[in-house]
Amino acid sequence: MLLISLCLWIKEDFTVSMKEPNTTLSVQELIAQKSNRGLLSAIEKIIPKLLLAIAAVSVLTTIGIMVTLIVETLVFFSRVSVLDYIFGTEWYPFANSTATYGVLPLIIGTLKITGIAIIVAVPIGIATAIYLSEYASERARKMIKPVLEVLAGVPTIVYGFFALTFVTPILRSIFPEVSIFNAISPGIVVGIMIIPMIASLSEDAMNSVPNSMREGAYALGSTKLEVALKIVLPAATSGIVASTVLAISRAIGETMIVAVAAGSTPRFDMDVTGSIQTMTAYIVQVATGDAGYGTTIYYSIYAVGFTLFLFTLVMNMLAQFISKRFREEY
Amino acid sequence: MKYINHESVASNTRTRLVKNTVLKGLFLAATLFGLIVLGILLYRVITQGSGYLSLDFFTSFASRIPEQAGIKSAILGSIYLMLVVAPVSMFLGIGTALYLEEYAKKNKWTEFIRINISNLAGVPSVVFGLLGLTIFVRYFGLGISILAAGLTMSLLILPVIIVASQEAVRAVPKEMREASYAMGATKWQTILRVVLPASIPGILTGSILALSRAIGETAPLVVIGIPTILMFTPDSVFSTFTALPMQIFDWTKRPQVEFHEVAAAGIIVLMTLLIIMNSIAVFIRNKYQKRY
Repeated sequence: MLLISLCLWIKEDFTVSMKEPNTTLSVQELIAQKSNRGLLSAIEKIIPKLLLAIAAVSVLTTIGIMVTLIVETLVFFSRVSVLDYIFGTEWYPFANSTATYGVLPLIIGTLKITGIAIIVAVPIGIATAIYLSEYASERARKMIKPVLEVLAGVPTIVYGFFALTFVTPILRSIFPEVSIFNAISPGIVVGIMIIPMIASLSEDAMNSVPNSMREGAYALGSTKLEVALKIVLPAATSGIVASTVLAISRAIGETMIVAVAAGSTPRFDMDVTGSIQTMTAYIVQVATGDAGYGTTIYYSIYAVGFTLFLFTLVMNMLAQFISKRFREEY
Repeated sequence: MKYINHESVASNTRTRLVKNTVLKGLFLAATLFGLIVLGILLYRVITQGSGYLSLDFFTSFASRIPEQAGIKSAILGSIYLMLVVAPVSMFLGIGTALYLEEYAKKNKWTEFIRINISNLAGVPSVVFGLLGLTIFVRYFGLGISILAAGLTMSLLILPVIIVASQEAVRAVPKEMREASYAMGATKWQTILRVVLPASIPGILTGSILALSRAIGETAPLVVIGIPTILMFTPDSVFSTFTALPMQIFDWTKRPQVEFHEVAAAGIIVLMTLLIIMNSIAVFIRNKYQKRY
């Protein structure tokens, strides 16, 4: 690449100098004669500013998200009391005369899904990471990792379809009390969705544990299992915890799986076999419904979106804090 | 020798080795779990959907009758959407990466941009939908159009493209830049003619993977409010449209089993598109990416 680009470049300059009427000029004079020097230095001055402007788009996006959510949420809170929203246990926005906006049922719904997902994903994800980093041969690793990448790339709507048409019927044939829409099936499938994330981030953390520490343990007669559980796992704890926190954040924000398979019944209890509603699923329900622009229901999706945003933001910052603060350097 | 009880050492070792073997099996089972799920998922989708896959499926519009339902407007909509997302997100992503890697000084402002990008990557896609609905659809007055949805999707995948491009640009060795400077090149000439050509395979690979995420993304489209049943194909970036994942969502929501099978057929098409895009990305990575 270097050679080609340099050659092209030399060729360009060469053709320029060929056009010069007098070829006996010295190099300095040639450089002085080049008419595009002013243009070049102008470009050199403009480009950094242009690129800075482009880089600012990502900052503007964050500001846009914050401003959008805050402004529209304030409109919502001019109609609904903040305290009723935060501490209310009834979410009935579609009841025409007695609409209530207590967000706790939606938060409980989100936590049910997240909890089930974590129960599924953390053991399987960490076990996968241990297998890949401590036991698997190079060949096995090379075969398994791309498949996990594919699993991570499956669109969430496909997972939603899978939850509704495969996992739910199986659950219903084993436990008849489970209804068509429930928390268990989408919870399990969200868990499957975040397995690759936990596995690959945890494996990175385990791979960065130096081999000398493993070999020290082997020299004392440890089995592979003892090395994995007593040396590698403790040394990689910060990375594993950070990956889990990031996965929790993903599960909280997951939308399509719950919108398809969890139902739309906001409820303030601990039941996971019946239809529930999460924060994300509520936003989808309103967006696909016919709530007009300017209604309280319309503004409520911003309040719920803002709540969701705060949840994921706290989780992401926590993950960054953990991996920075507790990282052990070897 | 009497200090060591050989029998207890031997039995202890045996249990430790058995534990090791049993747990190794468990770890392997956990690893295979993901692969098995992927296998079941693909098998289910193919057996359910292949009956509806025909030429008519690609050439007919959505319909209330499952046998006549097709994805003509959806697949064209998805392609048009990508025609907006690809240039916008790559222009912004590569520009930001070049700024951060080549020009940015190490100060608080740069650190702020970096933290901002990693936080942006963690924002749920449904929240990006709210941003698109408020800013692009309503405030800019773009309506429920390909352009509004495309700009929203571009911002959604921007962090992924920035990070991939940063890694690609960082992998270009210093010597190549210095050789270029030594020839009298200016900084921008060096970036344009040395750094970018050397890093373009990495940038392309990351961008295609990010685009394959955008093509399957549903939540922002739902929030923006794009329709699911559309009896025409879009003619410009300002016209309304529907997209493949949106169509699948609509079919999945319907109670009739026949529509679930139509949805499965749509999923086959979507997954095939994704596999093609991923293969192109892997091909570019293997063929053109050099290690310096």
